[in-house]
Amino acid sequence: MAESVLVADRDPVDTRPVGSPATPAVRGPGGNDRVRRRRQVAQVVRTVLILAGALVMLFPFAWMVATSLTNESQLFGTPRLIPDPVDTTAYRRVADTFPLWRWMANSIGVSVVSTTLQVITSAMAAYAFARFEFRGKHLLFGVYLATLMIPLQVLIVPLFIEVSKLGLQDSYAALLLPLIASPFGVFLLRQFFLGLPPEIEEAARIDGAGHWQVFTRIVLPMSKPAIATLVVFAFMAAWNSFLWPLVVINSEQLMTLPLGLSQLHGRFATEWNLVMAGSTISVIPIVALYLFTQRYVIQGVALSGLKG
Amino acid sequence: MIVGDQGPKKALTIAGFLLPSLLPLALFTLGPMAASLGISFLDWDLLTSPEWLGIANYRELLGDQDFWDAVGHTFWFLALYLPLVVTGGLGIAIALNTGVRAIGVLRSMYFLPVVTSWVVVALMWKWLLNPSSGLVNTVLGFVGIQGPGWWTDPAWAMPAVVIATAWKDLGFVMVIFLAGLQAIPEDYYEAALVDGAGAWARFRYITLPLLSPSTFFVLTISLINGFQVFDQVFVMTGGGPAGSTTVLVEQIYTHAFRYSQMGYAAAMSWMLFAIIIAVTALQFRAQDRWVHYG
Repeated sequence: MAESVLVADRDPVDTRPVGSPATPAVRGPGGNDRVRRRRQVAQVVRTVLILAGALVMLFPFAWMVATSLTNESQLFGTPRLIPDPVDTTAYRRVADTFPLWRWMANSIGVSVVSTTLQVITSAMAAYAFARFEFRGKHLLFGVYLATLMIPLQVLIVPLFIEVSKLGLQDSYAALLLPLIASPFGVFLLRQFFLGLPPEIEEAARIDGAGHWQVFTRIVLPMSKPAIATLVVFAFMAAWNSFLWPLVVINSEQLMTLPLGLSQLHGRFATEWNLVMAGSTISVIPIVALYLFTQRYVIQGVALSGLKG
Repeated sequence: MIVGDQGPKKALTIAGFLLPSLLPLALFTLGPMAASLGISFLDWDLLTSPEWLGIANYRELLGDQDFWDAVGHTFWFLALYLPLVVTGGLGIAIALNTGVRAIGVLRSMYFLPVVTSWVVVALMWKWLLNPSSGLVNTVLGFVGIQGPGWWTDPAWAMPAVVIATAWKDLGFVMVIFLAGLQAIPEDYYEAALVDGAGAWARFRYITLPLLSPSTFFVLTISLINGFQVFDQVFVMTGGGPAGSTTVLVEQIYTHAFRYSQMGYAAAMSWMLFAIIIAVTALQFRAQDRWVHYG
């Protein structure tokens, strides 16, 4: 990409200049030329840096796809970004040896169900915290906040014991149980509900609407951006979860993609075209979801930083 | 106030809204959490009945060389990872913030690894850093450098894990810094320019102090996540070679699910929690000295 395409003096929507604002207020005579040249050099350096960075970020993905399409015999030869010949054997072998599509279905199923449950339970609890006064409310909300800070590792041993005592080890239920409630979701949505203008709700209540109606007809429709953020975070967390499935799932048929991939790697330790074929297939859904929802993802992350 | 907003009916309504979240939270988070503390005082392999040990697990931990090695490796990981991801993320955020037209597209590119699972990231980098035929060492070979053994060499295994981790987290850190940068009022820079401040002075005396809340957030989150590092270690090295990359969570996993030492693993997880709380508390105490809010 040419520098002129990429770099503008200033983008009024997205950015605010940090290093060098476009219009210096005061300049002595004769200094202008040097300043301008120095600014041009700085801009070239920046552009090169940004493009090199973007390359470093994207290249491993390209290399993953390239490797997955490489013939086994060429795997350890001269590296080629475009394999010659393009060989899809790896995909067929992975799909023949492992229930790759089943893993994909498991991952999608667990992620969709747990995300749906988390949105419902979190929105309802958040409504209770945002719209009711009751004894012990602050203490209870404090408990929610505290659980946000507990690392999963503290839970893994007792949760495993609990799930095995319930006889649910190695089941879909075991994967889902810890993902029904989301303290993060309750926190996020409560903040959002508190910021909604109260007039509409008050009007609806005067017209005789009950809390459930207010919640489903007014509060939820107005909270789409916050819910979208929660959906994206919950989905990604469930989709990428590894430690808990590793602990609780043994059957190949019940594995999710990350767990299945680590199995695949264990079996084909040196056949990297197979490992990369499995990896490529497994990133397609999450990357597709990301491309459609990136606004919410990046907004959510950016906001969390500003408030922290 | 609406009809039914008082008395038992109100209590029922509140319970109706709260319980779908509170019940599973109590059963699958709060309950196990409390139980975990109890389990840490037991000798329990899940096959025979548990035996009360008191604080013996904790005492044993303090004398356990493997545990301290894992603590040391975790700090070594952080010492390599934090500077890399903070300076890298800040550098890219600043570069992106100074009038790049395609900022949205570029930001999305940098963020792509963030949404990719740790397992895939670890596999990608394990292949790229393959000692004999990985792309990195092959390219190094082209320019006459003999690349290291990466994840097969005890000295280079942790740097290999750090590279993969920093690569995945860079976009996250960058987005936080970018949001922080965009919240700095432009007037400050204009005023500094009028006063004749150079680029470095503007960075040092305006950007850095005003960005400090974002830096603080990044450091806090990165430290907490760093102590919990597991997935990429498990996939890339499994704690090896020669135990050079054992980390705390990997030790918890190993003791609980390889050696069936539930009590010992639970005790270890509480030590981890204590370390995280202590480090986070230290950070919050130190923040008055360098973090400037609005």
